[in-house]
Amino acid sequence: MINKQCQSPAEAVADIFDGATVLVGGFGAAGSPIELIHALIDQGASDLVVVNNNTGSGHVGLAALIEQGRVARMICSFPRTAGSTVFPDKYQAGEIDLELVPQGTLAERIRAGGAGIPAFYTPTSVGTELAEGKETRIFSGREYVMEHGLTADFALIKCSRADRLGNLVYSKTARNFSPVMAMAAKTTIVQADSIVAVGDIDPEVIVTPGVFVDRVVAVSDAQQESALLAAGVSYP
Amino acid sequence: MSNPGQEMIGWAREDIARNIALDIPDGSIVNLGIGIPELVAACIPKDREVIFHTENGLLGMGPPPHKGKEDPDLINAGKRYVTTIPGASYFHHADSFAMIRGGHIDICVLGAMQVSQTGDLANWSMGSADATPAVGGAMDLVAGVETIFVATTHCTRDGQPKLVRACTFPLTGVGVVRRIYTDLAVIDVTARSLEVVRLAPGIDFDYVQQRTEAELTMVENPGVEKTA
Repeated sequence: MINKQCQSPAEAVADIFDGATVLVGGFGAAGSPIELIHALIDQGASDLVVVNNNTGSGHVGLAALIEQGRVARMICSFPRTAGSTVFPDKYQAGEIDLELVPQGTLAERIRAGGAGIPAFYTPTSVGTELAEGKETRIFSGREYVMEHGLTADFALIKCSRADRLGNLVYSKTARNFSPVMAMAAKTTIVQADSIVAVGDIDPEVIVTPGVFVDRVVAVSDAQQESALLAAGVSYP
Repeated sequence: MSNPGQEMIGWAREDIARNIALDIPDGSIVNLGIGIPELVAACIPKDREVIFHTENGLLGMGPPPHKGKEDPDLINAGKRYVTTIPGASYFHHADSFAMIRGGHIDICVLGAMQVSQTGDLANWSMGSADATPAVGGAMDLVAGVETIFVATTHCTRDGQPKLVRACTFPLTGVGVVRRIYTDLAVIDVTARSLEVVRLAPGIDFDYVQQRTEAELTMVENPGVEKTA
């Protein structure tokens, strides 16, 4: 029998190793897998390369992972957000590296990586400093920049409902990067608001088919980043 | 609207947004940036059906929710709480940017730090070493959306022109801007020049040119506005 269920976030992230590349779902607070990130902080892996659109807010979730010095390099499109000071401070101090990627290029690099496509051409960033040093090519009279597909060792994502096969549905705009991240990681780890019986999710509405998922853990009372920020919480 | 008691104050932010909204045709799919562009949605005439896209995965974005109805899972690209309209759809980020990069979004309204005479846009970085760079989806939007409108104050807070011969800040895109809406004028980027197509009440051409580094021309018949 296939059963991808783990009993706890700690069990789900236990084998994340030093130096791993980790895709982290979420756009700002929406879809951020806070409990998995906190379990990763407890677990202790360091020198991580983390891919997320942002860099977290306050002193919880991704911002806390960065604050604890576990992240060597961020790959993201928008590393500052209202309430985000941890990453900018570390970046200015030279304590963390940044690879800045246009948001659509980031999403497509992850999608391509997950689909077995090593590189692709896009007009995004042509003529800007983010295209410097990159291979370009003209198609039908227009210039394009070559961008590489992005794959990772692990993905940490959040969904609303999952089953033991790893089929997933998401909640509203909390979906964002998670479906493509699930495709692009060797090991995709999911925290789900609820885990339901196989067959309970209509095949027509499944967003991420279970083939892209390795582990699911139920976190029924997931914390909201906005509530943690309002309460001034720091993790750990 | 400008106050007749004061001279040459031009359009307010809401007026700029209204000028833009009136240029958005019925049936358009539109992406709005942060700042003045966010005000455009509320100004669309009631007899036009315009669908708003937000790049974090929602087509059919509605107005902000009533207090107490905020949903942390339902935000826009500026990470503010929003709502959905009937017929809205959710999708993941790669699909959302396929809409942008594949040319499926009709109009994008963005803010600007600088726009050049040839329609180059700089709106993501001042290029200073002590700032953390952040680009978001701006470069994808200007590369993929056919019609780029810029909404901006004509000058910076300390009076520096934003419409320049050549951008000195890092570029977002080359030759991408179609039309510029400022507090003083509406200006088209044409093959020949930056062409003033409309002036704010009480504002004359010379007043605008004095506050513009790029060279402006005046459309032949400014009373008759061209459609975008």
